[in-house]
Amino acid sequence: MKTDLTDTTASKVNKALVQGRRAIGTPAVGMVLTLVIVTDEENAYDALRAASDAAHEHPSRTLVVIKRVSRSPRDRTQSRLDAEVRVGADAGTGETVVLRLYGEVADHAQSVVLPLLLPDAPVVVWWPVNAPLDPAKDPLGALAQRRVTDTYASEQPVRDLATRSRAYTPGDTDLSWTRITPWRSMLAAALDQVTCEVRAVEVEGEEFNPSCELLAMWLADRLDVPVKRSLSSGPGLTAVRMDTNCGPIKLDRADGSLATLSIEGQPDRAVALKRRETAELMAEELRRLDPDDTYASALRYGVDRLKSSWSAPAPRVPGDSVAKGERGEPKSDGRARLALPAPVEAAAKAPASQAAAEEPVRQEPPALEPVRKATTK
Amino acid sequence: MSSSNPLRDPADRRLPRIAGPSGLVIFGVTGDLSRKKLMPAVYDLANRGLLPPGFSLVGFARREWAHEDFAQEVHDAVKEHARTPFREEVWQQLIQGMRFVQGTFDDDDAFERLRSTIEELDKAQGTGGNFAFYLSVPPSAFPVVIQQLKKHQLADQTGGSWRRAVIEKPFGHNLASAEELNKVVHEVFAPDQVFRIDHYLGKETVQNILALRFANTMFEPIWNRSLVDHVQITMAEDIGIGGRAGYYDGIGAARDVIQNHLLQLLALTAMEEPASFDADALAAEKTKVLGAVRLPKDMGRDTVRGQYSAGWQGGEKVIGYLDEDGIDASSKTDTYAAIKLEIDNRRWAGVPFYLRTGKRLGRRVTEIAVVFQRAPHSPFDSTATEELGSNAIVIRVQPDEGVTVRFGSKVPGTSMEIRDVSMDFAYGESFTESSPEAYERLILDVLLGDSNLFPRTEEVELSWKILDPIEEYWDKNGKPAQYAAGTWGPVEADEMLERHGRSWRRP
Repeated sequence: MKTDLTDTTASKVNKALVQGRRAIGTPAVGMVLTLVIVTDEENAYDALRAASDAAHEHPSRTLVVIKRVSRSPRDRTQSRLDAEVRVGADAGTGETVVLRLYGEVADHAQSVVLPLLLPDAPVVVWWPVNAPLDPAKDPLGALAQRRVTDTYASEQPVRDLATRSRAYTPGDTDLSWTRITPWRSMLAAALDQVTCEVRAVEVEGEEFNPSCELLAMWLADRLDVPVKRSLSSGPGLTAVRMDTNCGPIKLDRADGSLATLSIEGQPDRAVALKRRETAELMAEELRRLDPDDTYASALRYGVDRLKSSWSAPAPRVPGDSVAKGERGEPKSDGRARLALPAPVEAAAKAPASQAAAEEPVRQEPPALEPVRKATTK
Repeated sequence: MSSSNPLRDPADRRLPRIAGPSGLVIFGVTGDLSRKKLMPAVYDLANRGLLPPGFSLVGFARREWAHEDFAQEVHDAVKEHARTPFREEVWQQLIQGMRFVQGTFDDDDAFERLRSTIEELDKAQGTGGNFAFYLSVPPSAFPVVIQQLKKHQLADQTGGSWRRAVIEKPFGHNLASAEELNKVVHEVFAPDQVFRIDHYLGKETVQNILALRFANTMFEPIWNRSLVDHVQITMAEDIGIGGRAGYYDGIGAARDVIQNHLLQLLALTAMEEPASFDADALAAEKTKVLGAVRLPKDMGRDTVRGQYSAGWQGGEKVIGYLDEDGIDASSKTDTYAAIKLEIDNRRWAGVPFYLRTGKRLGRRVTEIAVVFQRAPHSPFDSTATEELGSNAIVIRVQPDEGVTVRFGSKVPGTSMEIRDVSMDFAYGESFTESSPEAYERLILDVLLGDSNLFPRTEEVELSWKILDPIEEYWDKNGKPAQYAAGTWGPVEADEMLERHGRSWRRP
């Protein structure tokens, strides 16, 4: 059942939800969490589809917050909330409310979302794109126990990782981290099979893929050895090579689905390591709602320290990312054009460009040192 | 799993519990259980990424199969019965470790071939000598398979590797045969390497009994004789004996179900809080409570057995037990059994536990109902509470897993009238789809060596000590009461509760 409400308020939306449930004959609510998706119109469809697939595992109330772009100064002075309420078969296993915010109310989305949260149930906020640099300080992020960002969808993933590490608050998480769970699990299983000491590691994957950096940082953090990040043409992560005192261990995935695990002295084995859909990632993300300390620890290892941990001269990598930090334009161009005269969007992006302009971290890596130390328990 | 692995961290809860390098050997791999449950469970585990790289699956059966035929059989079984979608790359990973060994259980050559297969797998797949032997075979074949394993050194654990035996019920048919079986098995495998599968314990709802009781504060304070009136544990099936006449006749419902499933459910419902959630602490509490079970003094009054007669079951005309193929017309085997037990401890003294099970009952259901005493005083007049029953907490084990709480509520209107309502928690609603199948969980636990969910020797023997006197009494006295198929059992069972002013729940 679908109800459209134009120029409405949160209390009317609540009423529509109750009426909708009554109408389809299931007034009981068995939902376990509220998922708030903050997105633009362009990404809303895919995000909602992924969320409703994930909801098969975690019945939830899904609130999609779409901040609409006002195209003229006149529009901007007017403020309006439109809502689309879906319950029953239209919403999969839970309930879905699509909220479209026009004008000024777009800056006060939390006032719309707060009354619509399920009582006493955890809140997860997910930004498929354009996540704030400090998710916990964001007004919507502040409502949530769990804040899901995705640096993969970011313009400058590596720079964002550094920023996220400074802003990290328990409950933050990143889909780029979720993506590498099967890799981490397989690497841990590989080390279960041998009793060797790892001396050095190389992580190979495509550029602009923060999952590679996260995996490298996790390995460096756990193993306390130099980790080299090298580039390949993908897809995604392509290989991890560990140099141990009893020969090399290699996990190689050239095609994005079936990988080969080779351990010195043991036969090569095929292992399934398929790249996963967003819905699967969200399902994993929603499974645990407690702070992910392992992620925090890996993130706080720091991208800069990662680069310096590899003592061998690797000028290509740092040189490249500095250049990228300054360039930035070519990729962002596409999106900037789509959001053309968009003050709201521009405002949302402002902190990002400021951070890019400041960017003190890259020049002075030691500045990161105390932050990192403070976290290692 | 090596604890020195720097990539493992208990705080890292995303990393699943992956079994270490290992393999599974299934005896009786062509059987129904293997096709419908075991092989799909292995695939599902692989698909969830819970099996180690190089995991190997060895089938052992009489059929003349090549490795490819076996792989094809597994493939078909997986396609038909697996719960997770079929993915080619997972299949490719599994198929590399699949082997088939043809032979009978008394064939020494076959066991030699099995041994060389295992050695070959250790080399080719890196299984490290760790193998679990799943005996999906009739109980009569247990001793010979176990002896063969010993004779061909297949049960020897060398150089830090492990060898485990997995056995299915029935664990004997009385105390003496259970002890005999345990002796045979333990002669070859150490007690902590023997895993007895009671698939009920692999079910989420059964594990949830412990969570419900010991992780919450609102249930445990009322979980005792001061407030509980009685407990009913039911496992009902709507099917008849089907083609299992040979196995079922002479065994009966009580041995088939009460001895293992229902007494385990009773133990979990009634036990004290374990010191921790590890296998030893759990087994200690379960053993304590099973040891405190007291049988009824008058078995004629407080136990009932029955046999289904012809009738209508869910719109289908079905024949009676004595008319089933292969059943002797004078058979005294029980297809329905209801017994009343008490537990002699401070928490439960005087609270009856009613256990019942049967075939061809109203519908398929398993549940535990904790029924509370009525309020000692009611400020409402009797007409207001006429329709109010006893409060109850019902744990629905299957199907439609969940928990129901039943209590009285005012009927809307100007007069004061109170009626029973129920408040429902359904697994299907709050957590869907992801709960693993019981066999998945249990196979993974075997590979991990985690014996939390497996009954131990003492529990099996204690259960027989509870059931044996009842079976002996039944053997000497009377014969099973008849009940029409599709009903909720013989009238004698209803009378058994009515005598104390109680009645069976209609599940």
